[in-house]
Amino acid sequence: MTDSKYFTTTKKGEIFELKAELNSDKKEKKKEAVKKVIASMTVGKDVSALFPDVVNCMQTDNLELKKLVYLYLMNYAKSQPDMAIMAVNTFVKDCEDPNPLIRALAVRTMGCIRVDKITEYLCEPLRKCLKDEDPYVRKTAAVCVAKLHDINAQLVEDQGFLDTLKDLISDSNPMVVANAVAALSEIAESHPNSNLLDLNPQTINKLLTALNECTEWGQIFILDCLANYTPRDDRESQSICERVTPRLSHANSAVVLSAVKVLMKFMEMLPKDLDYYGTLLKKLAPPLVTLLSAEPELQYVALRNINLIVQRRPEILKHEMKVFFVKYNDPIYVKLEKLDIMIRLASQANIAQVLAELKEYATEVDVDFVRKAVRAIGRCAIKVEQSAERCVSTLLDLIQTKVNYVVQEAIVVIKDIFRKYPNKYESVIATLCENLDSLDEPEARAAMIWIVGEYAERIDNADELLESFLEGFHDESTQVQLQLLTAIVKLFLKKPTETQELVQQVLSLATQDSDNPDLRDRGYIYWRLLSTDPVAAKEVVLAEKPLISEETDLIEPTLLEELICHIGTLASVYHKPPSAFVEGSRGVQHKRLPGSAGSGESVESPDTGSAAGASDAPPAVIPSQGDLLGDLLNLDLTPPATTGPPPPATSGLQLGAMDLLGGGLDSLMGDESEPPPIPLRTDTPQSPQVLHQSPSPPDYSPTELGGDLGGSSAMGAGFGAPPPAAAAAPFSAPVSGGLDDLFDLGGGVGMPMGAYSPPKTVWLPAMKGKGLEISGTFARRAGVIQMEMTLTNKAMSVMTDFAIQFNRNSFGLAPAGPLQVLTPLSPNQSIEVALPLSTVGPVMKMDPLNNLQVAVKNNIDVFYFSCQYPISMLFVEDGKMERQVFLATWKDIPNDSEAQFQIADCRLSSDAASNKLQGSNIFTIAKRTVDGQDMLYQSTKLSNGIWVLAELRVQTGNPNFTVCLKCRAPEVAQCVFQSYEAVLKN
Amino acid sequence: MIHSLFLAKEKAGDPENVAPVLQTPHHYLISIYRDKLFFVSVTQTEVPPLFVIEFLHRVADTFQDYFGECSESVIKDNTVTVYELLEEMLDNGFPLATESNVLKEMIRPPTILRSVVNTLTGGSNVGGTLPTGQLSNVPWRRVGVKYTNNEAYFDVIEEIDAILDKSGTTVFAEIQGVIEACVKLSGMPDLTLSFMNPRLLDDVSFHPCVRFKRWESERVLSFIPPDGNFRLLSYHVSSQNLVAIPVYVKQNISFLETGSCGRLDITIGPKQTMGKMVESLMVTIPMPKSVLNVNLIATQGTYTFDLSTKVLLWDIGKLNPQKLPNLRGSLSVQPGAPKPEENPSINIDLKIQQLAISGLKVSRLDMYGEKYKPFKGVKYVTKAGKFQVRT
Repeated sequence: MTDSKYFTTTKKGEIFELKAELNSDKKEKKKEAVKKVIASMTVGKDVSALFPDVVNCMQTDNLELKKLVYLYLMNYAKSQPDMAIMAVNTFVKDCEDPNPLIRALAVRTMGCIRVDKITEYLCEPLRKCLKDEDPYVRKTAAVCVAKLHDINAQLVEDQGFLDTLKDLISDSNPMVVANAVAALSEIAESHPNSNLLDLNPQTINKLLTALNECTEWGQIFILDCLANYTPRDDRESQSICERVTPRLSHANSAVVLSAVKVLMKFMEMLPKDLDYYGTLLKKLAPPLVTLLSAEPELQYVALRNINLIVQRRPEILKHEMKVFFVKYNDPIYVKLEKLDIMIRLASQANIAQVLAELKEYATEVDVDFVRKAVRAIGRCAIKVEQSAERCVSTLLDLIQTKVNYVVQEAIVVIKDIFRKYPNKYESVIATLCENLDSLDEPEARAAMIWIVGEYAERIDNADELLESFLEGFHDESTQVQLQLLTAIVKLFLKKPTETQELVQQVLSLATQDSDNPDLRDRGYIYWRLLSTDPVAAKEVVLAEKPLISEETDLIEPTLLEELICHIGTLASVYHKPPSAFVEGSRGVQHKRLPGSAGSGESVESPDTGSAAGASDAPPAVIPSQGDLLGDLLNLDLTPPATTGPPPPATSGLQLGAMDLLGGGLDSLMGDESEPPPIPLRTDTPQSPQVLHQSPSPPDYSPTELGGDLGGSSAMGAGFGAPPPAAAAAPFSAPVSGGLDDLFDLGGGVGMPMGAYSPPKTVWLPAMKGKGLEISGTFARRAGVIQMEMTLTNKAMSVMTDFAIQFNRNSFGLAPAGPLQVLTPLSPNQSIEVALPLSTVGPVMKMDPLNNLQVAVKNNIDVFYFSCQYPISMLFVEDGKMERQVFLATWKDIPNDSEAQFQIADCRLSSDAASNKLQGSNIFTIAKRTVDGQDMLYQSTKLSNGIWVLAELRVQTGNPNFTVCLKCRAPEVAQCVFQSYEAVLKN
Repeated sequence: MIHSLFLAKEKAGDPENVAPVLQTPHHYLISIYRDKLFFVSVTQTEVPPLFVIEFLHRVADTFQDYFGECSESVIKDNTVTVYELLEEMLDNGFPLATESNVLKEMIRPPTILRSVVNTLTGGSNVGGTLPTGQLSNVPWRRVGVKYTNNEAYFDVIEEIDAILDKSGTTVFAEIQGVIEACVKLSGMPDLTLSFMNPRLLDDVSFHPCVRFKRWESERVLSFIPPDGNFRLLSYHVSSQNLVAIPVYVKQNISFLETGSCGRLDITIGPKQTMGKMVESLMVTIPMPKSVLNVNLIATQGTYTFDLSTKVLLWDIGKLNPQKLPNLRGSLSVQPGAPKPEENPSINIDLKIQQLAISGLKVSRLDMYGEKYKPFKGVKYVTKAGKFQVRT
């Protein structure tokens, strides 16, 4: 007597038989037949032919039969829209049934029938049901509005259902409130700007009351909705937190996590010295730990979220390391997540325990897990300096096991440890070299080659080792090839006498026999370097490397903030902003954490900026080698500011970039505090011959570069008459094959234009100037701000005795000299004047900030006018902040001093934008690419020492840029943004 | 779409290792794996995955509750009820009724008797009236409950999760406790459960019926119980408190560097049992894949070795403190295979009746709101959860 019998009727003529049974007079037979139909539908058989017969069964007072017919309708209405109309009458009738269960069922089912014609008939019953006396019907109707909105949004708006829905937030029944919130949130998701959930203290209060009384699912909807609210002040924030905390003890983990989200967000607003703040921190730990004793699927989601939470607030779980210890029978996806969190929580206090655990894991069965455990040991070494020695010896123990993948993984991390602690653990190199033959993975081979190259002087047979790799050069992966090239060049620079042949061999392999442009480019760069100036080559290739940071793979702060606002969602599982992956989320709004309380200080003080510790390097007149290379690096070789150097990526270009840095150029990056060279080069004809750099100022172009290259007598000349030190490198290989690459290289650099200067506008019309018309603009030329004016005499008499004066203004602009109008201005004559300005004049805050009041005098009268200068005139040439300083400053500036702007319709690539901005002294410090979105981190310094930090987000294919500005003097943000827009659009 | 789930399963090898959230080109698959079945939900928009996972577990719980088990055949046998249940539980992605007592009022669980009666009379298993719990402030309880024997039983069940290292030192230990209740009381009883030592409970999750405010202020559990079986409370005694470990394990599993054999020697003895008997003691050891067979002698109980999964299972039974159980002998390893790299871990199962190892004790249960006198009872049991000894 089970339902499985319905699945077994497969004989012919089945449909015919069913038809007969559906039309039977016996109720029981009918019901059985409908059950059979449903079963057939479940297994995918087409029973749509029975549509009219099934719909005929709809008019029944047997609720079960009715439900089954509804089920059938939902499935087939779309394919039989005309017949579905037949059902409408019954629906409408059912919506008036005395039994609320039937009313609700009818309105609910109608909402699920996605046929336009039916939706029209749905409106009236739905309107009644939304105001039904029975809350069960009201709550069902609320959800129905969301369904209807999905089918026909316009209809819902026209019928005023949205307002009714909003009214339901104040319903007396908590379940109705919860469903109304859920429906509104769903609708709001597809209309990000509709402001449907207009949250104010009154509605918040209603939600908080309903929160205590509705079902667990309703609580989740309400909590998620609360998380979108921004409290007015810290007191309101605290009171909401207090009312949300009991949810942390709920048995439903989704309720718990949504409550955690609300608390994590609102906590940002609480002053840290508040007692309640500490209490709240303590209350957050136990529920998070409890989530880890739930089913593995729940654990996984919890762990992904905890990963975010420990990055934002490590103090919450710092004593709970042990709950993240991996259990033998955890599913692998839980194991890997736990490991990640263990490393994040590792500190000097618990490192011994952590290491013991990791060593244990390294002997487990699962290969992926073992690898990650070994890698984790390396990360511990880098993170907790005191443990480095112990980590290294643990790794050596593991290498002794000779288990192939353990050894390879260990070598990769030991390379990182060398980068972090140079000249400390090199004694282990011998052990590493013993395992050379067993390495078969590119990453491990590359790491080993890097080690050999880096410590070539201490390894007696370094040349033999590298030579052995060279034999199969073309079979190696790009990663290994690039690393091998760099390593051999290093070896050559260290031991030039014995390794000429080797270096020649590798350079020719890289430049002539390879199809890989990255490899060829790098080969040529080394080649030129070595042949032109070996001393410089040595400085470049063997330069000291910056230490790698422990901050590897931390999530970038802005993203982290956004993700914290999305705790518990898919975004938090993928660690990506929702906009990056949720399909159909039209213009999801970026959520941000609220700023903390009491950080409203924003007095415009020139000192705050320089306090950030930017170096006051004098502007370099002559670009050094560093500049040129810095230039190259500025392309997009610059790795993201927050990630440390290796682990090397696998993509070709990125890889080349990283490795190039590894090869020694990165040191130049690290200490490059000089202003970027490009704008200077345009003004300094005496730039020396560096590499093949030609001293051709503004019209420096790829063609020039090529010509210049050709001009250097096809390199052969350089080789033929080598400078003394280069004698050791008698290159003679032809080079023609590589020229194209160099063209490419040049093409990629692109020249930034000079600072942007707006077109002249009329400041003083002749009408007001008694015949004197002044139009003008501002420009920054060679570091000097100029007011460029055209004076036109439209009067009948000659004008003489010109003078100019400024009122006090925001940035202390003042004429640096007198207005030079030497000859009298005759009628209908115009002259151009350029007035240099200084920024040391008296200061008074103007509104708008960049307003300038000017008085011009001549023999006729004194005229007053005001004009606005683009604030980019004030951007000084040494506005490039050091990365570390940038990072620190960015974190340091409170979030409420952040302003976000959109630049619409800007069709530039991020590199072009960066170049353009650089021309106006907005310097790109780092660039990173996340999911097709380029983020440029930029700094700018105003003439009065105020620093402005910016994050420019450029989404490929999207002409709208987002600029996020952070500054200790937030007032300037608007002006700076205007400059951004002006520069980018001109 | 579902194909990607199968792909993921193939890749993971073990279905338990399939990640619960999967991304396909157009959808997200959120799944749980329970009783050898995948319960999958498909979404296209941003949704809290925990919400979905919790709901899926609730669906599986409901099937279990309705049909006694949750398997492929049971679901097929009850398709129509399953459909009706899903209809009642979910509406267009919004959960509706997930409380078992509410559901049972709307859709009666199948019993053999009822299906016979229904067949004869043409009756239905769908209730025709609005369930009373659906909208009340106590949605978990229906009105008009009546019993001839009024009784309330509480089981305090604690599981020890622990990792012990080679030398027997505790690396990590914590207790997961639950209080399962079986309450069959007429009317609308209002219960208060108090503990001798409520301080132990600093990390708790409550059934929605528990009044949180009273717990916060007085540390007593005050609630109007659902009818029937439910989990009143789950709690967690963290690794920072000292957790008593009831048994110790002396073990030596070694493989010879050369040659094709290894040795195994395991003895188990009582440690902190609070004077109670350790029962249902069982040892499970997943052996390295290269182990071909075992040749052991157990002083107590029986052992089996599964040749395909390489799992050694030693069923000991009661632990006699006077005569400690021992298992020893040799392991034969595939000739020529290298010495196994991993150290097998020893997993222990055990049960101690009449003891909550954390020391938690119920002091009293009071009932208000009804006049009759119920039977009351509290039972304690401690079990091993994920109790693992490293070798």
